[in-house]
Amino acid sequence: MTDKALYQQSMTELAGGLAAGDFSAEELTRTLLERIESMDSDLNTIVTLTADRALDAARDADAARGAGDAGALNGLPLLHKDIFCARDVRTTCGSRMLENFVSPYDATIVERINRAGGVMLGKTNMDEFAMGSSNETSYFGDVKNPWDLARSPGGSSGGSSAAVAARFAPVATGTDTGGSIRQPAALTGTVGLKPTYGRVSRYGMIAFASSLDQAGMICRSVADAALMLGVMAGYDERDSTCIDHPVPDYVAGLDGSLKGVRVGIVKQHFDDGLDAETGEQVREALKVMEAQGAELREVDLPNLDLSVPTYYVVAPAECSSNLSRFDGVRFGHRADNPEDLLDLYCRSRGEGFGAEVRRRILTGTYVLSAGYYDAYYLKAQQVRQLIADDFRKAFADVDVIAGPTAPTPAFRLGEKTDDPVTMYLNDIYTIGANLAGLPGMSVPCGFAGGLPVGLHLVAPHFAEESLLRTGHQYQQLTDWHDRAPEAYA
Amino acid sequence: MSLEKEQVQHIAMLARLKVADDDLPETVEKLSKIVDFVDQLSQADTKDVVPMAHPLNQSQRLRADAVTETNERDRYQDNAAQVRDGLYLVPKVIE
Repeated sequence: MTDKALYQQSMTELAGGLAAGDFSAEELTRTLLERIESMDSDLNTIVTLTADRALDAARDADAARGAGDAGALNGLPLLHKDIFCARDVRTTCGSRMLENFVSPYDATIVERINRAGGVMLGKTNMDEFAMGSSNETSYFGDVKNPWDLARSPGGSSGGSSAAVAARFAPVATGTDTGGSIRQPAALTGTVGLKPTYGRVSRYGMIAFASSLDQAGMICRSVADAALMLGVMAGYDERDSTCIDHPVPDYVAGLDGSLKGVRVGIVKQHFDDGLDAETGEQVREALKVMEAQGAELREVDLPNLDLSVPTYYVVAPAECSSNLSRFDGVRFGHRADNPEDLLDLYCRSRGEGFGAEVRRRILTGTYVLSAGYYDAYYLKAQQVRQLIADDFRKAFADVDVIAGPTAPTPAFRLGEKTDDPVTMYLNDIYTIGANLAGLPGMSVPCGFAGGLPVGLHLVAPHFAEESLLRTGHQYQQLTDWHDRAPEAYA
Repeated sequence: MSLEKEQVQHIAMLARLKVADDDLPETVEKLSKIVDFVDQLSQADTKDVVPMAHPLNQSQRLRADAVTETNERDRYQDNAAQVRDGLYLVPKVIE
């Protein structure tokens, strides 16, 4: 038995305690619900707490265990980003548009996690429709970073990252279109995994940019990410882009060593844009890996600088198309007293969407409009191919690429809201993996000015096993992931 | 400013998105910044580069044209602002 309190334990540790009968799922669920209820008012990580439902699920899990029928996540608590539809639960996507939307169905990952015995405690705050890097675009208010309440927890999965950092739950799901799992993980000292495009079903995950979106999770250890991915990954006929590829035993795959692992270092990652102290911490992490036998090699991603502008054509274009479904008719916000159908559409959408979402819809509409398609959308899809080629070439020589996750540690709330482009540049190191469909992960690797720093690892398509093994082996040598913000330790 | 006010109003109409008059100057300014930013793509040499269609070069798969969903119209319509007799109501379109 561990001497840690229940809320301090990782999912893997809690799984051991439940299996040994040290505590019940109901007891665990109650502990975390009480913690959230008493502490979340400062952080605003939760949009909807599903306490009654969680306690029912926990009791079911206890009964299942008693009957010898425990699934992989039996009785283990988690939070879902409020972008995943959960049947009969309000699902807002951080937007006024869906303020009162009650989902009539479960997302595939919600269904799979439920079936494995997982206990959903509630739904986490997020940037509106996952469009943002600071959680400041949410209709439900900013989320505060538990390491410093004046700072952002990152975004768009900022409620998930802050909740895990505050020890409200060992794991929270997230989605990553340009860095929305990895950047908030880096800014809160948590682990964030974005799997290969098509590894996890997008069914029931409210769409932002369909060729980039991927579901993953934020947690406290790489071992927890492996446990969760094993449940979430796999073919789903309801998502036409979900790929039919075998799901290995990710937990068993954690064993191994860093010896001989070829780690690519991108020289462009360490140029002017990177905060000096952040760069120091990342270099330190690379030395730790090298000391264990990893081979560091320089790799070149010559088109890296173009990844952000490419993204800000492709993602808004897909967003403008996806969000056309919100018309004020079948679901979502509807304006009062419309004059006619056009007025109903225009005002329902104008009122239902916040400023950043409106900007992205307008940008996307512009780049797809007559006369501009070739200059922007087609051009961006060509540059995207160049960026993917850079990665392909790099992975001929290395097993993983390592670097910083974000250019700076957590920034102050309000610091970057005036200029959208400054905010967009926060995702400079993470966006490439989305454009190329590659798996990426952020792992805590130190502190800069008292704030967490993330080490970013990227692997070839479907090489999650090697990504997880590398991160896990690093965590065997370091304890950054065990550090907690003082008030939430 | 790379975009004019009238251009933004035209895009907003295409997107069926009401931009309040008070918000228009800021919208024009910020959209112009975004467009200026993405304009750096024009410098990339993409001669003979095939545009990406799918990050893993997969093609869309087909499925049998079979009914797989049950009728849950009433459940779905619980989320609509105005329905009657199973129909969604909108302002009158044809006089």
